[in-house]
Amino acid sequence: MNSRTKITVAVSGLNNTDNPGPGIPVIRGLLESVSFEPRIIGLSYEQLEPGIYMPDHTDAVYTMPYPSVGMKAVIDRLTYINSKEKIDVLIPNFDSELLLMIKMQDQLAAMGIKTFLPTLEQFEERHKTNLPEYGKKYNVKVPASFPVSSAADIPAVMKELSYPVMIKGKFYDAYIARTQEEAIGYFYKISAKWGLPVVLQEFVSGTEVNVIALGDGHGTTVAAVPIRKQYITDKGKAWGGIAIGGTDMLELTHRIISATKWRGGMELELIRTENDDLYLIEINPRIPAWVYLAVGAGQNIPEALVKLAMEMPVEPYTEFSVGTMFVRYSYDLIANFKDFEDISTRGELIK
Amino acid sequence: MEKKKFEYPVIKRFQPGMPGKSGIQPTLEPITEINNIPIARLQEEYGSPMFLITENTIRDTYQEALQAFKSRYPKVQFAWSYKTNYLDAVCRIFHDEGSWAEVVSGFEYNKARENGIPGKQIIFNGPDKSRDDLEMAVRDGAYIHLDHFDEMYTLIELTEELKMKAKVAIRVNMDTGIYPKWDRFGFNYENGEAWEALKKIAQQEFLELVGLHTHIGTYVMSTQAYAMAAKKLAELALRAEKNLGKKIKYIDMGGGFTSMNTLKGAYHSASDTNPGFNEYADAISFAIMSAGFQQNELPVLILETGRAMIDDSGYLLGSVLATKRLTDGRRATVLDFGVNILFTSFWYDHEVHPGCEVSDYAEETTLYGPLCMNIDVIRQNLSFPLLKKGDPVVVPRVGAYNMTQWMQFITYRPNVVLLDRDGNTHIIKRKEGLEDLKRAEIIPDFLKPKE
Amino acid sequence: MKIKPNLKVNESGFLFDPTTGESYSLNDMGSIYFRMISEGRSPDEIRTLVINEYDVEASTFDKSFLDFESRLRNLRLIENE
Repeated sequence: MNSRTKITVAVSGLNNTDNPGPGIPVIRGLLESVSFEPRIIGLSYEQLEPGIYMPDHTDAVYTMPYPSVGMKAVIDRLTYINSKEKIDVLIPNFDSELLLMIKMQDQLAAMGIKTFLPTLEQFEERHKTNLPEYGKKYNVKVPASFPVSSAADIPAVMKELSYPVMIKGKFYDAYIARTQEEAIGYFYKISAKWGLPVVLQEFVSGTEVNVIALGDGHGTTVAAVPIRKQYITDKGKAWGGIAIGGTDMLELTHRIISATKWRGGMELELIRTENDDLYLIEINPRIPAWVYLAVGAGQNIPEALVKLAMEMPVEPYTEFSVGTMFVRYSYDLIANFKDFEDISTRGELIK
Repeated sequence: MEKKKFEYPVIKRFQPGMPGKSGIQPTLEPITEINNIPIARLQEEYGSPMFLITENTIRDTYQEALQAFKSRYPKVQFAWSYKTNYLDAVCRIFHDEGSWAEVVSGFEYNKARENGIPGKQIIFNGPDKSRDDLEMAVRDGAYIHLDHFDEMYTLIELTEELKMKAKVAIRVNMDTGIYPKWDRFGFNYENGEAWEALKKIAQQEFLELVGLHTHIGTYVMSTQAYAMAAKKLAELALRAEKNLGKKIKYIDMGGGFTSMNTLKGAYHSASDTNPGFNEYADAISFAIMSAGFQQNELPVLILETGRAMIDDSGYLLGSVLATKRLTDGRRATVLDFGVNILFTSFWYDHEVHPGCEVSDYAEETTLYGPLCMNIDVIRQNLSFPLLKKGDPVVVPRVGAYNMTQWMQFITYRPNVVLLDRDGNTHIIKRKEGLEDLKRAEIIPDFLKPKE
Repeated sequence: MKIKPNLKVNESGFLFDPTTGESYSLNDMGSIYFRMISEGRSPDEIRTLVINEYDVEASTFDKSFLDFESRLRNLRLIENE
């Protein structure tokens, strides 16, 4: 290919901490694109997101208002950023951003900003609170799940479940509670951060395995890589992982994407039981933080997603190298204090 | 020489985790007038705090809801939920638009009658209807929605004694996929209790089964739950016709629609997540119309939505009593209204707007009410501009429940003013005074001064 | 009241305290008060300057100045008195 198309991509999730967002791994995928030349605009929510300070990853960074303050504030800010940067594609990487971004798609498109997100129906029906119906509808094994809006309801719900039980937030966080006291404690901890409801979910014992995938919105799986997380931190995040064969996992992924016509990135969280059954415990409706393993294994999902958004031709990936492994590491970057000052006072940092 | 505009000086410490630029906090737009009437003028005339209700918002919202349902379903009747706001002037505007009355006590029933509503346009709900209440309803031909078997037996006895027919419906509770499940009101669908109740009614000479009622919850954000509830009621109605020979004239879907106030504990703001009338109407109409009724025999669809109908028309106008610094450096602003009259601040993170032009600079602030009680907090934490003593503030969307659930506690309840369509204002409930509160009190002789 | 040495608000209202490592943001008026206090001007002097230049009543200025001083004290940006 001669001169590559220049594409400006705005990416959030620059919190490359020990509980990382997918922003930096997504950016790394984009920077390795063979079919376009990206210009990266970082979108940050907090002043100390490491991605703001990492050299050679972003061309500019802008702060964003939290999605919880409402759509208008988010649109206003993106309008401003767009007036400066002319964004071609926006990749939101936080679950909490997705609802607004999905609802804002048309407004964004009118501004010339393309996205490649699930539809509102796809997004809503895979909520943790809807998992039982989802399982029924698509013929997938799922654990029993109950949304709970008050700690006082926990004892009643626990008549249907037994300890240990998973306590999960609407967007993030999951804990195993072994007693009612623990369950109530986690309920408050999670609801304070992510609001209501909190989900009580049957604990399925087995090995957690995951699939990262990309659907084209018409039922075709454009990319899919199964992994096994080798080490999980106390925050429940993979610290090391390895790409595995998992034919049944791929088959399940293809089935879900083809039945739901999933549009965009997704992560399937599965439990493989001792009987070799696969339980779907969660669908994350976006690219997960370990996406760079898929890139390393031969499927550049961020690049393919941008191409789908730009309506460029995309050939579905079918191969990946089993045994590709990742290990996360932390690294103390000497940051520029002036960058901190700029992002703190002006809300933008142009590099 | 013209002087420069002054703004309140601010210094903030950056804390890890806080968003970077203060400027990207959304600025709270001041509300300086309502329907072109300046806040200052209203407060001068009616005092602070005061409630203001705008007639045109009530009528516009009613028409919006009516259109949403009428354009999708042929026979629609709204019934005004008295408990949401039973100030007579408010009820009369709804009745003038064509709403029936939905009442849940003898007190509300009598209010509706005094507002000129005939019994045949009153829906009598709730678990607490006394024998006298029931007799009144039977004589007036009101629709009695039975809540439990004890009530049913009382009514059977009563109608046999009176030799008069009563028009009845049952309230049905059910699983609609939402949590919490409300199973304390009415008869359960899944365990067959509702069907048993219908069979029992069908055998009675003096009970005429006319409708089915449900009310699945409050502030229900899922339109799917309504679709499921409508489907279940429609199924019951068809079964009653087929197996009991009783034709169900109406399906009453109750209320529970959200308003655009954001619940405490919600992550997104309500306006980004909550369905509007069209979405609720879509779900409910589709479910009933596809249930299998003959097209010309569709039951009337009754709706008792209260909150979504009135919330937007109400404003609470107050003012700043004092500003202070808490020991941790946070700013606190004390307002002249508290949880005593803004009862819904227990449920919502109410929007509180400055009522005058202010500088853009906002600070994390706690808004307290004036009560000498620690629970009196209007907002625990919001980014709020710097106001000074006497500055007006406006809380929009307070029309639902506040003017019924408010408490007479520590001080008087304020004026409620109606702003009519022509821009005229009318007190529709005047501020309480000492005499009002003393009227019902009786001092025993031994505590009176001796001659 | 004396502000700790080495503290300077820059033009964007950013302030860094090198002894504690804390950073602060000030609005325009906050920066003006802060600079005048650091220059060692007396409260009366600041009062006259602000009231002459800005559209503000004396009582409002007084409250704002007291509040600002208490903030500085609260944030430990002043030398022990």
